[in-house]
Amino acid sequence: MDNSARPARRVVVTGIGVVAPGGTGRAAFWDLISNGRTATRRITFFDPSPFRSQVAAECDFDPIERGLTPRQARRMDRAAQFAVVAAREAVTDSGLAVDPARTGVAVGSAVGCTTGLEQEYSVVSDSGRKWHVDNNYAVPQLFDYYVPSSISSEVAWDVGAEGPVALISTGCTSGLDAVGHGRDVIAEGGADVVIAGATDAPISPITLACFDAIKATTNRNDEPHTASRPFDRSRNGFVLAEAAAVFVLEEREHARRRGARIYAEISGFATRCNAFHMTGLRPDGREMAEAIRVALAQGRIAPTEVDYVNAHGSGTKQNDRHETAAVKITLGEHAYRTPMSSIKSMIGHSLGAIGSVEIAACLLAMEHDVLPPTANLHEPDPECDLDYIPLVAREKRADVVLTVGSGFGGFQSAMVLDRRSA
Amino acid sequence: MMTLAELVAIIRECAGDSDVADLDGDVLDVSFEDLGYDSLAMLEAAGQTQRRYAVTLVDDAVVEARTPREFLTLVNGELTRVG
Amino acid sequence: MSAPHVTGIGLLAPTGMGVEQYWSATLAGACGIGKVTRFDTAGYPAVLAGEVDGFEAREHLSSRMLPQTDHMTRMALVASDWALADAGVKPDELPDFAAGVVTASSAGGFEFGHRELEALWSKGSDHVSAYQSFAWFYAVNTGQISIRQGLRGPGGVVVTEQSGGLDVLAMARRRLRDGAELMLAGGVDSGLCPWGWVAQIASDRLSYRDDPARAYLPFDTDATGFVPGEGGAILVVENDVRPGARSYGTIAGHASTFDPPAGSGRPGTLRRAIENALADAGADAAEVDVVFADAAGVPELDRAEAVAITEVFGPVPVTAPKAGVGRLYSGGASLDVVAALLAIRDEVVPPTPNVARLAPGIDLDLVVGRPRHKKIRTALVVARGYGGYNSAVVLRAS
Repeated sequence: MDNSARPARRVVVTGIGVVAPGGTGRAAFWDLISNGRTATRRITFFDPSPFRSQVAAECDFDPIERGLTPRQARRMDRAAQFAVVAAREAVTDSGLAVDPARTGVAVGSAVGCTTGLEQEYSVVSDSGRKWHVDNNYAVPQLFDYYVPSSISSEVAWDVGAEGPVALISTGCTSGLDAVGHGRDVIAEGGADVVIAGATDAPISPITLACFDAIKATTNRNDEPHTASRPFDRSRNGFVLAEAAAVFVLEEREHARRRGARIYAEISGFATRCNAFHMTGLRPDGREMAEAIRVALAQGRIAPTEVDYVNAHGSGTKQNDRHETAAVKITLGEHAYRTPMSSIKSMIGHSLGAIGSVEIAACLLAMEHDVLPPTANLHEPDPECDLDYIPLVAREKRADVVLTVGSGFGGFQSAMVLDRRSA
Repeated sequence: MMTLAELVAIIRECAGDSDVADLDGDVLDVSFEDLGYDSLAMLEAAGQTQRRYAVTLVDDAVVEARTPREFLTLVNGELTRVG
Repeated sequence: MSAPHVTGIGLLAPTGMGVEQYWSATLAGACGIGKVTRFDTAGYPAVLAGEVDGFEAREHLSSRMLPQTDHMTRMALVASDWALADAGVKPDELPDFAAGVVTASSAGGFEFGHRELEALWSKGSDHVSAYQSFAWFYAVNTGQISIRQGLRGPGGVVVTEQSGGLDVLAMARRRLRDGAELMLAGGVDSGLCPWGWVAQIASDRLSYRDDPARAYLPFDTDATGFVPGEGGAILVVENDVRPGARSYGTIAGHASTFDPPAGSGRPGTLRRAIENALADAGADAAEVDVVFADAAGVPELDRAEAVAITEVFGPVPVTAPKAGVGRLYSGGASLDVVAALLAIRDEVVPPTPNVARLAPGIDLDLVVGRPRHKKIRTALVVARGYGGYNSAVVLRAS
């Protein structure tokens, strides 16, 4: 039941920018993941010893070094800083000259300005002593932190966009859904270009505490570099991370006319809700399977044409089984022949950002004809029996790539990238 | 020591009153699932129990305590051990 | 492309809960703004808010839901129940995957988050609730509504501050065009706790007057900022009207634009948002019978909006019933859409409460005092979000 005809206006990716643990910039990011190195470590941003999970994948990122002015660095929450820097790299990569009225922005984020908010909270509440917080200590940018559309505003101002701009916030699928939203906007004619991607900088005490409370993050604190173990039998939760990835999405003819280098077409995107539980997943993966089915159908892609699956692979017991089931439902027997890997094994789970970072990994994999591995995978869970590209990257040409995501609130999203039609 | 009545009070506070069972009835050996409480509700109840009774409950043990009796055995075992 | 219909409405507002209570108060020009009662405002410069009175979550929701929901999520869940009932739709009778939910958010469940931050900072990390992992974040209303109603279709969340209530309708329309049969769409918001309040004060746009009749005066010569409010609306939007059901009107057009930064020398883009929405609806400016304004209540923003409206339409009736409830963040534009649809249904423009004298240079036919009877086939709703967001939606009688 879907009448998603192939849109008349097709959407391609012509620029990529990345801020990730292990390295800022596309090249540093690809170097890390293609070599199977991990960037997870004991948390350094503050003392993690009061927490159950004490590891994270942090970005070594200095906003001034990365080109922001001191004023911008003061004003912007860290998540906004990441987004602006990644957007600049993407726009430069694309060689695009921005036409303001025809350029939009779509940025995804699950937790917005959480870091900035918590820092300000500690000040105005006198470290939690006062419920009746003191407005005299509030900084002017507190309202920008309060409503995270300030992040998409910063990107739009920086690139000069005056078309449709939005922040998309669907939890851990925000990174896929924001890019899907950007595609929607171009397809229906509201813009010819959308700077789309996602960011999250959630490594802050309140985030650690809330994931500790539900034991969703790993407490493998004595082995930080191997703590993220998607699909492995010994996995026991995800590693919290921060990151951003931003793309230049362009209407295909617009890109062709100016001779842009096209990474791939976004030939399908769909999202469904599991309507089951805010944090739990049923093991059958049916709603993710439905999102995958619809995304493939939009691109007129047969399951057997999928060359690589980029997994959500967060490393929780429930997720890795859930999406293995979803991939088997949709790809059938072909699932056993299709390499599938999780880069969260190397850069952790940056919540709303990771969906976009994973799209970047897919596009770079297509460019280099190399599929990134799943690090730390030594003994797969017997219920996870697909080819997860353990430990070492795989040389393989991938023309059609499927990337999936799953998030709190029940969100299940799938996107198909295809470079044959680009 | 923690009693069934105290556990029921904590569950009500953390996760609301059961929609499907009478918590004031004979529920000692009824599974939390049958009482309508999922793992999230029980994690919250375990957290509240730890705070109120000043005990530490090991991850796996909490997940394996499927009924009020098993939960109370776990908690009171810890209280005895530490006490 | 045909325009989808709004077939059900659930709403909670400072002037009433449910469509008819809200609408009769709105036509009477009622003011639901008053002194904040949810927390102590001592020491804060802003002391007024539009609060939803008489909402007892326990009366509508199972006690199971209460520990895991912020106040605004509770209101949103109830609004979703009312919207579906109003549309005569039973979700479990819909085909699987056919119906989804898209909501607008602004600050998420901020009060819930405030309590958890305090628990963390004053007592320690083991005092943070398991529910904090989802009860505050921006996606919570879409997630909880989809679970409550069993809707496994597409889910979405947009954050564009106060223009979200319009942008979410555009999202719903996209999903209805590519396969969904029914979408719940809207925003319900609340930020009434000290931490939220201090954050809102930092916007520098709040009114500091303490007289409810004089604090939020959009387009008025005495405009001095706005009053925040809570509430909003969830709408049922469908491609077709079921047999025996009724349509409030259609979502005929939408557009959004973004303003260049202050000091860039480039003009604002509100006018273009309005013109693009009209073009999207295939409507001439002359067809528009009434404009529901964004009504920021901040003098320079009021002027900019008045200029844009006048440049596009010339003289046209304009109204801002939100002057009687406050600005509801992600709930505000949804409520304005409801008011516009009811204006279409009942052929009457509600007045703008409290506004007495237009500011110099603001040349609008603002409906004040009494409602104005007029046949309305086409209505425009404008909404602007802090940080540059401009949106407009064209609604038509079905």
